[in-house]
Amino acid sequence: MRIYPPKPETVYFFGTCLVDMVYPDAGMAAIRLLQREGLRVVYPQAQSCCGQPAFNSGFPDEARAVARKQLHLFPKDYPIVVPSGSCAGMMHRHYPALFAGDPDLALAEEFAGRVFELTEFLVHVLKIRLEDRGAPVTVTWHSSCHALREMGVIQDSKSLIRQLRNVTLLELENEHECCGFGGTFAVKQPEISAAMVADKAADIRNTGAGTVLGGDCGCLMNISGALQHQQVPITGQHIAQFIWERTNG
Amino acid sequence: MAETTGFDFAKNIRHALGDQQLRKNFKFAMGSMIQKRRLIFADEAEFEQLRAIGSAIRTRALAKLPELLARLEARCTQNGIQVHWAETTAEANATVLEIMQRHGATRMVKGKSMVSEEMHLNHFLETRGIEVTETDLGEFIIQLAGETPSHIIVPAIHKNKAQIARLFQEKIPDTPYTEKVEELNAIARRTLRRKFFDGQVGLSGVNMAVAETGTLCLVENEGNGRMCTTVPPVHIAVMGLEKVVEKLSDVPPLLRLLTGSATGQLISTYFNMITSPRRPGEKDGPREVHLVILDNGRSRILTDPQFRQTLQCIRCGTCLNHCPVYTRIGGHAFGHVYPGPIGEILTPQMVGLREAGVLATASSLCCACEAVCPVKIPIPGLIRELRNASYTATPTGRVPGEGFKRNLPETLAWKAWEKVNRTPALNAVVTRLAGLMGDKAPRLGPLKLWSRYRTPPQVARRSLHAMTRAQGVDDE
Repeated sequence: MRIYPPKPETVYFFGTCLVDMVYPDAGMAAIRLLQREGLRVVYPQAQSCCGQPAFNSGFPDEARAVARKQLHLFPKDYPIVVPSGSCAGMMHRHYPALFAGDPDLALAEEFAGRVFELTEFLVHVLKIRLEDRGAPVTVTWHSSCHALREMGVIQDSKSLIRQLRNVTLLELENEHECCGFGGTFAVKQPEISAAMVADKAADIRNTGAGTVLGGDCGCLMNISGALQHQQVPITGQHIAQFIWERTNG
Repeated sequence: MAETTGFDFAKNIRHALGDQQLRKNFKFAMGSMIQKRRLIFADEAEFEQLRAIGSAIRTRALAKLPELLARLEARCTQNGIQVHWAETTAEANATVLEIMQRHGATRMVKGKSMVSEEMHLNHFLETRGIEVTETDLGEFIIQLAGETPSHIIVPAIHKNKAQIARLFQEKIPDTPYTEKVEELNAIARRTLRRKFFDGQVGLSGVNMAVAETGTLCLVENEGNGRMCTTVPPVHIAVMGLEKVVEKLSDVPPLLRLLTGSATGQLISTYFNMITSPRRPGEKDGPREVHLVILDNGRSRILTDPQFRQTLQCIRCGTCLNHCPVYTRIGGHAFGHVYPGPIGEILTPQMVGLREAGVLATASSLCCACEAVCPVKIPIPGLIRELRNASYTATPTGRVPGEGFKRNLPETLAWKAWEKVNRTPALNAVVTRLAGLMGDKAPRLGPLKLWSRYRTPPQVARRSLHAMTRAQGVDDE
């Protein structure tokens, strides 16, 4: 079990490259949620990617070069909040190994210790209480693999959804099975990936929910892309945006 | 190992995914295996404790493997078990054949053994006039079908009742078509009973060999293993050299982990501990027991501190059951003896990256295998290591075929990716351009593959960088 720090005054926000490019509204919603809890949020403008794409694809030197850039952008001792279980897993779990034997190892270890996935931070550090102002709605939830197995934060994400009194959460039959994204896996093994996401889409359809929520934009991009391709009117949304929209105003 | 076998993974995958029956069979079978395991290891904390012990036992054994193997040989020899060493599968096959020929034996009954699959022993013996009968029910079924195992523990898992019923009717004389499981079992039992009595040599695998006592442990559920190791006058056991454990007290935790992970059982129906041939005054048991210890690349794997962890494996097969890739394409698509996550790391190390490096691409790194592995093998991490080795040769040469995949387009693409992500101004331009292009981006390369099954992602017109600047979010 992770030991969480007391509530800080300031946090860093690491947006992730996918949120930056494809889901910026989700990133902005996460920042708003943190600010509403009274925190000052710092978003270093020079940030880019955690390095995971290259790290998982056989190019560790390139991954390390990009990771090293991030290491030097978050110098103060503020917690680093990340709206992704996978990118948080990369920074929290894999940075120390990536920098083994490197002069920046100590920095990487110190950095890794400050990385928190967004929902675990909201639950354990901020002890956030949510007041639902939205209309009744039924949703389902996709547990992304790294949020589940590397960060262990799925219960935190779902506990936030359960705080919303007008939201009915229907669980997937195979909630713990990979959606088939896997970064470059989706293009290195496109047929297997497609078979996996087709099963995930069917599981989602079977719940009857109109929205599938997730905490990782890679999975959401994969799942909503497949649902759209099949012309199924179910939308995928990042949990931060869903919570912000229902609790704001 | 330079020659290739014509292994075409992409073709195998398409074939497997196109076979609706196969996918249904696997989905059904794996679902039930996962359920059974979950019930046995219901207490997560207890499981974590147990597998920490299992991992420690295996790590310790590998750390002193040469010493333990020497002790195992000495103890076995004292007990009257004849020990043979084989560096290659060809040597192991020759040893088995030589023992059979010395006894003028032409009939072998076999218990389940993955190492014998590694040796392609059946084919080797059959081409030399020896009748080999698989006696494990699953192995018996696939031998009739002329196939190889599709799973380490349940070799015929890819077949359903109806397919087995048809196979029995076709291949076993005077057999009516029946889908009743009891009747199918009875047909197999009747056929095999005769073979046990006629078998001149029985061959088995080894789940654990205890160095302290010279004991060969054999886990099974059908009693066929006990028949193979006690009825024929000669018993030959084959094992990979990593299967040794130090002490008798190492056995119970590993056994608990093995049966729980493999079949969701607290203990298997049979657990055989073989310590010697028939002793004077004993009324049954084989007159001779031989132990063939196979290397086949294992000692090389052992020298690398990271890849060594592959050898912790106790062959429970639970990583296969939990793998979303294996569950969809089945074992045969992997084209080699060991499929699934463990195969993805073991096979390229055994046969080289050039032949089987492509297996390391068959993972989304979902880490489901690592979460259930009873001896805590970091399978996703080792898959990553093999991907690294595929592109880059190391001075020490950790895996045969290192750097086989190195190519200019991919190298340049990742260099460009690095440059963009290390240079904020460049990153801003690329993000802006992608946003402006929107859905008019040409569907080439990765985007083309992505778009075959999915609507492509819409790059936002304003990035989070731009939004935070506009909203006055602090930069430092």
